[in-house]
Amino acid sequence: MSVLEIRDLHVSVGEGDDAKEILRGVDLTVRSGETHAIMGPNGSGKSTLAYSIAGHPKYTITGGTVTLDGEDVLAMTVDERARAGLFLAMQYPVEVPGVSVSNFLRTAATAIKGEAPKLRTWVKDVKIEMAGLEMDSAFAERNVNEGFSGGEKKRHEILQMRLLKPKVAILDETDSGLDVDALRVVSEGVNRTRAEGDVGVLLITHYTRILRYIQPDFVHVFVAGRVVDEGGPELAAKLEDEGYAAYVKDSNEQASIEKAASEVVQA
Amino acid sequence: MSAENTPSTTGLTTESAVLAGELFGEGVGTQAGPPSVPAAGTGTAGEATPGSHSHGGPTPTGSPAERLTSTDPDAFGVPTGREETWRFTPMRRIRPLLDGAAPSGTGSDAHLAWTTDLPEGVELVSVDADDPLLKGLPEPVDRLAALARQRSGGAAVVRVAPEAQLDRPVTLGLAGTGSEDVVWGQLVVEVGQFAKATVVLDHTGLARYAGGVAVLVGDGAQVTVVSVQDWAPGAVHGGQFDAVVGRDASYKQVVVTLGGDLVRLVSNVQYAGPGGSAELFGVYFSDETQHQEHRLWVDHAVPNCSSNVLYKGALQGEGARTVWIGDVRIRPEATGTDTYELNRNLVLTDGARADSVPNLEIETGEIVGAGHASATGRFDDEQLFYLCSRGIDAETARRLVVRGFFADVVQLIGIDALQDRLMHAIEVRLGALPGLDEQPVEASAGGA
Repeated sequence: MSVLEIRDLHVSVGEGDDAKEILRGVDLTVRSGETHAIMGPNGSGKSTLAYSIAGHPKYTITGGTVTLDGEDVLAMTVDERARAGLFLAMQYPVEVPGVSVSNFLRTAATAIKGEAPKLRTWVKDVKIEMAGLEMDSAFAERNVNEGFSGGEKKRHEILQMRLLKPKVAILDETDSGLDVDALRVVSEGVNRTRAEGDVGVLLITHYTRILRYIQPDFVHVFVAGRVVDEGGPELAAKLEDEGYAAYVKDSNEQASIEKAASEVVQA
Repeated sequence: MSAENTPSTTGLTTESAVLAGELFGEGVGTQAGPPSVPAAGTGTAGEATPGSHSHGGPTPTGSPAERLTSTDPDAFGVPTGREETWRFTPMRRIRPLLDGAAPSGTGSDAHLAWTTDLPEGVELVSVDADDPLLKGLPEPVDRLAALARQRSGGAAVVRVAPEAQLDRPVTLGLAGTGSEDVVWGQLVVEVGQFAKATVVLDHTGLARYAGGVAVLVGDGAQVTVVSVQDWAPGAVHGGQFDAVVGRDASYKQVVVTLGGDLVRLVSNVQYAGPGGSAELFGVYFSDETQHQEHRLWVDHAVPNCSSNVLYKGALQGEGARTVWIGDVRIRPEATGTDTYELNRNLVLTDGARADSVPNLEIETGEIVGAGHASATGRFDDEQLFYLCSRGIDAETARRLVVRGFFADVVQLIGIDALQDRLMHAIEVRLGALPGLDEQPVEASAGGA
């Protein structure tokens, strides 16, 4: 039983006068066995939340805490976070020329498990998982993400999640750019992980489409760097019908009120 | 002629690793899109040639419209180091190869020890200096190459019969024997039409070597030439490679420069008929005190040919130095040309310097494509983040990235045993990299 707790998280990008606050006080708790969907319009800071938890150096944490089972995630290096049990399926996975998928997967599994997996069972595991994601076995000999189609990149991300078995998996717009077939395959991979183990899933998406395949327990609406509404699956249905307009409007009004207030203070 | 006056220098020539963080993204460095011929008189400041597209700054890049070629060493004069083609080269160290030291007849017995593996369908013969074959070779482009042609007094010729399909690569092991005297050599690789052959030149040992290699690729033939510079420390190697690519023929050249003090190789490609393709690949790894210089010149003068250049290098240690010059010329008659060249340099430590100068001259608009890119910098932060986000520690991640950086090109050789040997040699070198070793234990952890 694991729990990822995010408390009053503030994150900015840029330095000095160019610094811009993206996350403005995020509170969120993800427990094993739960699937949370974070939904919000473009530019609301959803991906910033994902990358901040994973530890991307581009983002500066200016306030708040993130803990995994009580351990301070923000004090960990990027690789320590992964070894602690966090996994980020990226929206734009990075090409690594000259490094084969099989070498990469085995190196990662060795790092996560603390010892090299036994070759025979490992090869078998990889084959099974690749078959489950309808990936050709020749895929393992290609260079990481090099020349992969959008769908191949996302399958490769989910393949890693399947093999590395994290405690909490963050899926950053894994549905973007997928055709219906790939979306089904990828979603089934996520559902297998949910069904088999005690993983907590944080599913970040712009669209409700993937929620027809992956049933969330909780839905959080994310606007302007914070969670503005929460509910169950019914909230996703509402967003499908009505979109984000109401939230964005509220947020704009809120922002202008705050701006006016601060101007009064300065005056 | 000062750099300040250049309106658009792109930082391709870097004194040190100043481009950290912008390495290897798509489109980093420079990229020429589908080119067009600029109006007359719109050449870059300091460059008289209309239509040239250079990133070498205001200084001429050594790619005049017509290069001087000659079999007479004295036609070039003795370089001082101020010439465009010699300005990057450490003249003191290359000097013996330019002086024509130990002229023939003075009794030097300096030589390279040859070991050969010749598959069926291949013969290795010697020809004299007056053999008609040598008269027809592309001419030397500098004094060093002209001296090598003259002083070698003939040539070794590897002949591959027409339509031969070799069952294994031709391997010529050329080992230096430690002599101070310059060894002069000329090799001709003559591949008959429709034959398919791979020739490996494997340079090892200690030598001062000036060697010319001419590859004549028959019509429809597919030829791969691999040249490995795995010299011992102290070796000096200068030379000129020429490829004449026949009609519908394919030529692939892979240059791997790891060893020696100074390696300076000029690789030229010309096409004897339409439909030819040339791929020029290279990797180099320069440690402190090593100078590695690769100069390419692809001359598109017939229609419908292609060229693809990919050179990648890494540098580590004080004084590590690499130079890459990539000249491509598309002459007016070379319609339908498709060319691309790419050079990437990975600077692993401070105190190393990589120069990278791509130069594209386009004299017809009727081409398929022409472009180039060059980037010099440190590790790609996004690659490291991706690997680390999978639990891989930063040191291991860096090793993976550098290993992959080289493997990307090495795997294009297509000979497993050789690829394994080269990757192993590179890994040994990486092991010596201070920044990539295990982090030193903090003093507080010690018991002393």
